[in-house]
Order: sequence, then structure tokens, then C-alpha cells
Amino acid sequence: MSITVKYFALLREQAGKSQENIDYRSGMTVAEVWQTVMNGDLPPDIKVAVNMEYTRADRGLDDGDEVAFFPSVTGG
Amino acid sequence: MKVEIKDSAFKPYEEIEHYQLSLQIQGRYGAVATFVGSMRDFNDDQQVSGMMLEHYPGMTEKHIEKICQQAMEKWTLLDVLVIHRVGEINIGDAIVTIAVWAAHRGDAMDACRLILEDLKSQAPFWKKEHAKGGDRWVKNNTSGYVRSEE
Repeated sequence: MSITVKYFALLREQAGKSQENIDYRSGMTVAEVWQTVMNGDLPPDIKVAVNMEYTRADRGLDDGDEVAFFPSVTGG
Repeated sequence: MKVEIKDSAFKPYEEIEHYQLSLQIQGRYGAVATFVGSMRDFNDDQQVSGMMLEHYPGMTEKHIEKICQQAMEKWTLLDVLVIHRVGEINIGDAIVTIAVWAAHRGDAMDACRLILEDLKSQAPFWKKEHAKGGDRWVKNNTSGYVRSEE
């Protein structure tokens, strides 16, 4: 029963790791994952993805989901 | 359609030609719109000596494919090629290449522009520039025009 949490770019450097696993709780949302790992509210400028699809902070999660947090993208 | 992430330098025009030769659309296309984005030696009024480009393996490819699919639904296209670099990038290196084949120029050019702008605003890539004052993460892409930067 776990969620994989991934960090990219500046967030990866600030977290000091590129990913970690946390315990899954029934009804858990993306915002609650951020609360668990960062001890604070999810800033509005942080982008979130679940299973490699953009999503919202209030999205509910399933056991085994991959949640990613990252700053604004700057490719191209 | 082909979407490729490359971790080493590539020659954009050779890639476009090579891909075009592999397509079974000879005689059907009247327009090929292409875009090649390259690494500048300046940004935000600072000298830059290179950069590191990070991506989200899996999601990046999936998201660019989705952007191309949306373009193929919006316009009448024959094929699309997108190549994007990651890793350490030197001044002058190609960063991104987009090529769109269509029967008519309007479809090809409009789709090429939309794919590029959507890629720049949505595809998970992050640039960390090696600037004179030290390494720095790029916070936002430019508007694409010199005058609006003034």
C-alpha cells in the first residue's frame, strides 16, 4: 500500500531526492501527499501529475499511483 | 507520427530528410512546415555558456504524442515528427525540431506553430542554464518575440 512521489528540477534539488515512497491511505488526495512530504500547503504554482497525466490538487488517489510535483515547464 | 527524446546532439535537417524518406506519402504532400530551436549564448541579458535539460521520462513522450494527436484532429495532416534534446546542451546545438507534412500549407504551418507552443507551455522539460553568475533554473519561457521582451 504505497504511493510513489517524484520531484523534478528545482523541487528535486530542494527535496534532495528524485523520488520516494509514502504509505497510501484510502481517500488520499494529491494535496495530502504534498502535506505529508513537505509539511505545508501545496503552492499554486507547483504543477502536479498522476500516472504521467496533468491533474488537480484535489484528485483522489489509488494504491500504487505515481504522483509527480514540478515547477513551470521550460522546454522547446 | 514519431516523437523522440535524444540525449546527444543531432542534425535536425538530416533527421527530417531521413524520416521523410521512410514515409509512404510521396506525391501527397504539398507542404512541409519545419521548426528548429537552437541554444543561444544569451538569455535575460546574461551570457550563457550551455545548459542542462531535464525531463520526465515517460510523461514527456506521452504528452508530446497527445499534443501531436490533437493537432492531427484539428488539421488535415499526413505526418508529424518531433525530436527534443535532453542532457547537457552546448551553444548552437539544436534543442527541438518539429516537422509537419500536409497537402496544404495552412494546415502544415498552423499545426507546426501549435505543436511548438503547446510543447513549450505543457511538455515536462526544465532548463538549467550555465550563466556567468552561476547555474540557474529558467523560470519561464520567453514570449517568442524580441519586442515584447522590451
